[in-house]
Amino acid sequence: MDENRKIRVLVAKPGLDGHDRGAKVIARALRDAGMEVVYTGLRQTPEQIVAAAIQEDVDVVAMSILSGAHGHLFPRVTQLLKERGVDDVLVIGGGIIPDEDIPALKAAGVAEVFTPGTSTAETVKFIREHVKR
Amino acid sequence: MDQENLKAGYDRWKSGPYTKAKTRFAERMERFEGSSGMEIEPLYTPLDTEHLDYLNDLGFPGEYPYTRGVQPTMYRGKLWTMRQYAGFATAEESNARYKYLLEQGQTGLSVAFDLPTQIGYDSDHELALGEVGKVGVAIDSLADMEILFDGIPLDKVSTSMTINAPAAVLLAMYIAVAEKQGVSADKLNGTIQNDILKEYAARGTYIFPPKPSMRLITNIFEYCSANVPKWNTISISGYHIREAGATAVQEVAFTLADGIAYVEAAIAAGLDVDDFGPRLSFFFNSHNELLEEVAKFRAARRLWARIMKERFGAKDPKSLQLRFHTQTAGSTLTAQQPDNNIVRVTLQALAAVLGGTQSLHTNSRDEALALPSQDSVRIALRTQQIIGYESGVADTIDPLAGCYYIEALTDKIEKAAMDYIKRIDEMGGAPAAIERGFIQKEIEDSAYRYQMEIEEKRRIIVGLNEFTIAEEPPKGLLKVDPAVGELQKSKLAKLRASRDTARVEATVAALGEAARGDANLMPLILDAVRAYATLGEICGVLRGVFGEYKPGGAR
Repeated sequence: MDENRKIRVLVAKPGLDGHDRGAKVIARALRDAGMEVVYTGLRQTPEQIVAAAIQEDVDVVAMSILSGAHGHLFPRVTQLLKERGVDDVLVIGGGIIPDEDIPALKAAGVAEVFTPGTSTAETVKFIREHVKR
Repeated sequence: MDQENLKAGYDRWKSGPYTKAKTRFAERMERFEGSSGMEIEPLYTPLDTEHLDYLNDLGFPGEYPYTRGVQPTMYRGKLWTMRQYAGFATAEESNARYKYLLEQGQTGLSVAFDLPTQIGYDSDHELALGEVGKVGVAIDSLADMEILFDGIPLDKVSTSMTINAPAAVLLAMYIAVAEKQGVSADKLNGTIQNDILKEYAARGTYIFPPKPSMRLITNIFEYCSANVPKWNTISISGYHIREAGATAVQEVAFTLADGIAYVEAAIAAGLDVDDFGPRLSFFFNSHNELLEEVAKFRAARRLWARIMKERFGAKDPKSLQLRFHTQTAGSTLTAQQPDNNIVRVTLQALAAVLGGTQSLHTNSRDEALALPSQDSVRIALRTQQIIGYESGVADTIDPLAGCYYIEALTDKIEKAAMDYIKRIDEMGGAPAAIERGFIQKEIEDSAYRYQMEIEEKRRIIVGLNEFTIAEEPPKGLLKVDPAVGELQKSKLAKLRASRDTARVEATVAALGEAARGDANLMPLILDAVRAYATLGEICGVLRGVFGEYKPGGAR
C-alpha cells in the first residue's frame, strides 16, 4: 500500500432507517482522522452500496443500521461484494445490534460490529489496523 | 427589597467570599454551561429576573402568554396522559400489547409503525425486505388496521399515530375502523404526527417533495376542521431534531420555525388561522439537564403564544396554546449498565411534568439494546405513575416558577430561539433553510460537539466513560420473529385475491386524477381505503403524480 494514500471509506445507510446521527458523526470523525469519506445518504439498497464502493474505489465500507434490519442487509452487502469479485474491502457495521446477532454477521464477512457507546477513536483505530490494502 | 442594596450585596459576595473560596479551591469546571452553550452563573438572584413583568411575561395558568401552563388547573384537574409508544410485528401482536398497556393503567395509545408503512410501501415491496414489523407494526390495508384496534373502543381512547408522509392514509384507515365500530368521526380523539419538515431535516421518512407534502398537510387541516374536529391534525416535532443532536435552544427554534411554516402554508391555502390553530399540537424531547429542560418547555409555550398572537393575529385562545407531548430522550440511554437508564428516564420525565406536558412517553431501560420487553415497558409506565401519584410535584401548578434561575433561563432560551427564528425567516423560512442544509448542518455540528465532549471526558456519562464495570451481555431482550415478513406477505396476497378489484382500481384512479388538480384529497383517500386499497397502492399513485423527494447533495 502506498504510504501517502489516504484510507478511503464509504459510510452507508442501508435500508429504510432514517437515523443518521451516528453515520454522520462517524463520517466526520474519520475525516478528522485524515481519511477520505463518502457518505451515501439515506435509503440505500445493498446493490447501490456495492456499486458506490466499487465506483469510489474505497478501502472500507462502514454501514449503520438502527432499525433491526441488519440481519438481512449487512450479509447482503458482503455477498454482493463477493459476487462482484471484491475481496479486499474491509466491511464494518454499527448501530443497535444485539450481541447475540453479532457472530452471524461476522461469519457473513462483517469484520467488526460497533454497538452504542463505542468511541469514534476505537473505530478509527480498528480501521487503521485492519484495512486490507 | 431595595434593588441597589441587593446589587451591592451581590457584588460584595461575588468579589469577596465567592472569589476567595474559588481561588482556594478551583471549581469543578472553568466554565459551566448548558446544552446550548450558554454560560451558567454560580448564583441567580432577583437581579436576574428584575426585567420580567409578571403579568406580561408569566401570567396565570390557562391565560396568555401561557408560561405557567395551558390549563387553569393543570394536573390538579387531571394528570397528563400516560402514553407509551408501542407497536411491533403484526397487528395481532401490537393489539395484544395495547390491551396490556391499557390494563396496566395507561390512558392513551401511541402507535409505532414499521418503516415500510412509514414510507408508503406494502410489506411485499422489495425495499421492505428485512424491515417488516421491525420498528413498529406493519399496516398494509384497512384489514390490518381493523385487527390493530380490535376490541378497543375508539370513542373511549385517544390514539396518537407516529405517521408523517402517508399520514392522510393512516388517518383515513382510523376513521374507517371507527365507522365499522359505529363511532362517527366527530367523536374521535387523537393525533397524527403529520410533520414532514422535520423528516427532511432530521428523521428521514419522507416520500414526496415539499410542495405536495405541504398540500396533503393543509388538506388534512381543512378536512378535519369540518369532519374530525377533536383530532390534533399535526404534532410539530422537536423530538427527532433533538435526538439527531440539536441543543435545547435549537430544538425550540427549529420546531417553532416549522410550526410557522405550516401556519403560513395553511393561510396561503385560504384557511383562517383560528380554524386550524387550535388543533396544532407539539412534541418535544426531555433530556437529562432537568432545569434547562423545564425552562425550555416554559419558553416554548410563551414564544408560540406570542408568535400566534403577534405574527398571525390569532384570536381564539386555543390557537395560542402550545399543547405538547413529551418523550424522554432515547439518545441519552446507554447500552452499558442499562438499569441506570431507569434513573435517567425518571429525571427526564420529571422535567416534562415540571414543564407542564400534556402527555408523556417514558422510554424503557433496554432501548439502547433492542425493542423494549414487556417488563421494561411496565417499569417505564410505573415511573410516570410514581411521579404522578407519589412525588407531589403535580399538586400545585408550575411549581418552579419564580425560581430565579428557571425564570432567567426561560427568558434566555426564548430570546436565543427567537434569534434563530429571525435568521431562518431571513433565509425564507424553514423549508428554504432545510433546502439549503442550514438546519441539518446546525444539528450535525451540535451532535459532533456532544460526541467529542464524551470522548474527551468533558461530559461524563455514568457507566459509559466513567464508573464502568465488566458486564455480561443483557438477557431477556425482545426479538421480533423473522417470520413476520412472510406472514404479512401471505396476508396481503389473500387480501388482494379477495377484495373487489374493480372498486380498488376505480378509487385509486380517481385519487390519482384528483391529485393532478387541486381538490382536497382526504375524501378520495377515504374511498380508496374503504375499498381495501393498500397503503402501497395509494402512495404509489401519489408517487406517480407528485414524484419523490431526493435530498440535495449527500455528503
